Amino acid sequence: MDDTGGRRYPAKPARVYLFGTCLIDLFCPEAGMDAVRLLEREGIEVDFPPDQTCCGQPAHSSGFPDQTRAVALAQLRLFPEPWPVVVPSGSCAGMMRHHYPKVFADDPALLAEAQALAERVFELSEFLLEVARVRFSDQGPPARVALHTSCAARREMGTQVHARALLDQLPAVEVAMHGHESECCGFGGTFSLKHPAISSAMAGDKVEALKETGAETFLSADCGCMLNLNHTLQKRGESLQGQHLASFLWQRTGGQGGRR
Amino acid sequence: MSDRDDILQRLRAAPRGKAPLLPDVSAFHAALAAGMPASTPAARRTLFCEKMAFWHGEVVRVTHDSWPEKLRELCLAKGVRSLLCGERHAVALRGAGIEGLKTYDRPLEEWKAELFQNIEAGLTSTRGGIAETGTLIIWPDASEPRLLSLVPPIHFALLDARQIYDNLFTAMSEQGWSAGMPTNALLVSGPSKTADIQVTLAYGAHGPKELIVLLLVDEEELA
Amino acid sequence: MNTQALRFVPASEFKERAAAAVADEHLRHSFRGAMDFLIGKRAAQFPDPVALEQQRALAEHIRKYSLARLPDLLEQLERKLTENGIQVHWAADPEQANRIIIDIARRHSTRLMVKGKSMVSEEIELNHAMADAGMEALESDMGEYIVQLDGEKPSHIIMPAIHKTKQEIARLFAERVPGAGYTESVDELIGIGRAVLREKFMSADIGLSGVNFAVAETGTLCLVENEGNGRMCTTVPDVHIAITGIEKVVEKLEHVPPLFGLLTRSATGQAITTYFNMISGPRRPGEKDGPREMHLVLVDNGRTQAYSDEQLRSTLQCIRCGACMNHCPVYTRIGGHAYGTTYPGPIGEIISPHMLGLAATHVLPTASSLCGACGEVCPVRIPIPDLLIRLRGEAQHDERPGHFPMLGQGAAKSRVIDAIWAGWAALYTRPALYRAFGWLATRFRALTPPMQSGWTVSRTPLKPAGQTLHERMAARKRP
Repeated sequence: MDDTGGRRYPAKPARVYLFGTCLIDLFCPEAGMDAVRLLEREGIEVDFPPDQTCCGQPAHSSGFPDQTRAVALAQLRLFPEPWPVVVPSGSCAGMMRHHYPKVFADDPALLAEAQALAERVFELSEFLLEVARVRFSDQGPPARVALHTSCAARREMGTQVHARALLDQLPAVEVAMHGHESECCGFGGTFSLKHPAISSAMAGDKVEALKETGAETFLSADCGCMLNLNHTLQKRGESLQGQHLASFLWQRTGGQGGRR
Repeated sequence: MSDRDDILQRLRAAPRGKAPLLPDVSAFHAALAAGMPASTPAARRTLFCEKMAFWHGEVVRVTHDSWPEKLRELCLAKGVRSLLCGERHAVALRGAGIEGLKTYDRPLEEWKAELFQNIEAGLTSTRGGIAETGTLIIWPDASEPRLLSLVPPIHFALLDARQIYDNLFTAMSEQGWSAGMPTNALLVSGPSKTADIQVTLAYGAHGPKELIVLLLVDEEELA
Repeated sequence: MNTQALRFVPASEFKERAAAAVADEHLRHSFRGAMDFLIGKRAAQFPDPVALEQQRALAEHIRKYSLARLPDLLEQLERKLTENGIQVHWAADPEQANRIIIDIARRHSTRLMVKGKSMVSEEIELNHAMADAGMEALESDMGEYIVQLDGEKPSHIIMPAIHKTKQEIARLFAERVPGAGYTESVDELIGIGRAVLREKFMSADIGLSGVNFAVAETGTLCLVENEGNGRMCTTVPDVHIAITGIEKVVEKLEHVPPLFGLLTRSATGQAITTYFNMISGPRRPGEKDGPREMHLVLVDNGRTQAYSDEQLRSTLQCIRCGACMNHCPVYTRIGGHAYGTTYPGPIGEIISPHMLGLAATHVLPTASSLCGACGEVCPVRIPIPDLLIRLRGEAQHDERPGHFPMLGQGAAKSRVIDAIWAGWAALYTRPALYRAFGWLATRFRALTPPMQSGWTVSRTPLKPAGQTLHERMAARKRP
């Protein structure tokens, strides 16, 4: 099951939930705020359940199913209304949409809840493009950017298609392809801590490929990849930095007045 | 307990789960074929020749009457001084006056060194060809042993153009392979090759360096 | 000629070897180049993603169907092979498999065994066992021959010598092959190998091969190859021994074409290999060549453990194409030797724990960023990332009720790690506590430690923002 094609989209709703993700919460809150601004500019009210914490993916990918389940369960019931749940991260969206049903597979009642939630989970760029059906008007000067799509976003959520389509709405923005574009940046959650040598090699190759495009900035819809690459670039003394797609879109389209 | 019983018992003790239905390979191919232009003998032949050329196999059109003569010419042109054949074609080839003709008429053990060292080319029949992949179907037998298509550096193979199938599945179903396989059956697609050194392709790794398909066509098609 | 056989190095030293490998510019460069080449070749074979998904679905179905009936199919295979004159042996572990083969070899007073490509023979370290028994086992696949000549192990399951340049091979041949001069011409190097090995095919007493598919209904062993050495090994010597894992059986001949078609296209981007060798018996009366005696050794070596769990069973769907390693960003950077196991890359990470136990291999399933490239290209749709996660779990926990314990179950259990995850779950299941933590972490961001374990090896330290998203969203509510 993936969202690289064939998902049926609902009509544009009046309200949505935002699941902010733990990384954005602590490290990139501005990206979360920009996601909210983008949604509100489309006339969509954003509800941020204050009891949300983390989707549970770190424990899930580390092989701690009980802890995964406990944390996932703590999120499962935070979205009682039938509104879409928008997630400004492909990998957290993928966790909730594709892995929650597996996490709760052994409990029919919870499974049904997980499946119902999964149906309503949208990665931000997918939601903007396919549900909110945004039409951006480009307010910025000509710019050359690169796009790094996280692996879960790419393989579970089809984000590279949605993000590219959004950027294509900005005529002055040129999206440069980089070498080995579909390859992982080496983040992988605890992988970057457990296997620093391999992870660093992957991150190093990715930043080289991004630099080679000559792009002024690179964009990502995932905070994890962005932190990995930005901190790698900083350590190397490079000026290139990445930006969350939501922030770029918000700034580029003129903030509050940017809706056509 | 024997290893056999132990293995089988462990397998049988495993949870069964949902048993999948028998895969319908035939329906899969039927659906594929339905989405493509109707297969014709001419289209199959063209595709076969194209794919065989891709594998570095040479295709030479010959007729039922003239092929031994054509083979003689090819041997001359390639400087082949010793051609090995099975008993099946020995008479026809002798009639064509091919020099250095040998018949694979003894068990391997009696002439292994000679086979490996002194034979420059071998001729085999085929049971047909496969268009999709440019492949020969060869069933070695008592008359045309297994090594006839492997040890000599040049392999000539006689293929009836009417016996080219769309793909491996249609070939095996139309020829009824599952009813009984020979001790050895082969698919051959081009000369022996390897890319084991720095992914550089080299021909003639252990088997033939050249594969020449003698494609049997009608007299009028040759003209 | 170096025919000394090597034992595999412990997987537990994976991290050290991986670190050395990523620091090796030359190795990195050659693997990257070779993998890019194979990735491109494969992609060219599958221009239509919809058609590819249909083929993968069929192949997965065939493998699942075959596995669901595995014990019955193995018995049917044994019956048909026996009827066809092939002797069938069963080996629960490498020791037994080696014993069977060595017994056969001794019975024939074997001096030389020539080997076609067989990963199962690597798995049981047959060359080593043969050497211990005073007999020579010579690899004849060009890549395998090259690595054996240099006293190495294969670094890739399809392209064993992919880590070597032609210059290295040129030096190796000039040094180790009697009479060979130095040449960097690939054609000439292959010619040297061909000449040496043809002599060996003639003089060998036994030929050994692997099996790609074993067909139960006809009792047929199928071998896939380009070089012709497999055909030599299975045809020239008087005795042919085939060795395979018990999972390689399919019920019907018609189940072979869909798997074969995906195998070669996924592996090397070829629509078909030069040879597809279907063997259904030894030489019959009247036939002039072919082995007079044939054996099949069916090897378990941990496969029944994978089989005994419905999720882990999908590991056995593998048809050994190597596409998962070609597409793996980790394999591409460290190469095959760093893993220390017969099967490197993603397939090695999910199958080695069954063969060698989690105590020796628990680090392997962690050597993945879970990027999913492996699962995406797997022709039989093994959910490799899910299995990696599962094995990480099994390594760190006791077995769950209703599940068989794995060999080395819980070998990576650590009180410290358990405590960290317990603390993590306590924090993330208590929203008020979590918000308080966020408040503290952002207010005291200046105190964030500058050294953050593996992270700061190549990155600047992470530092929380000035305010959490929670706070900022809460503040918006009270304008």
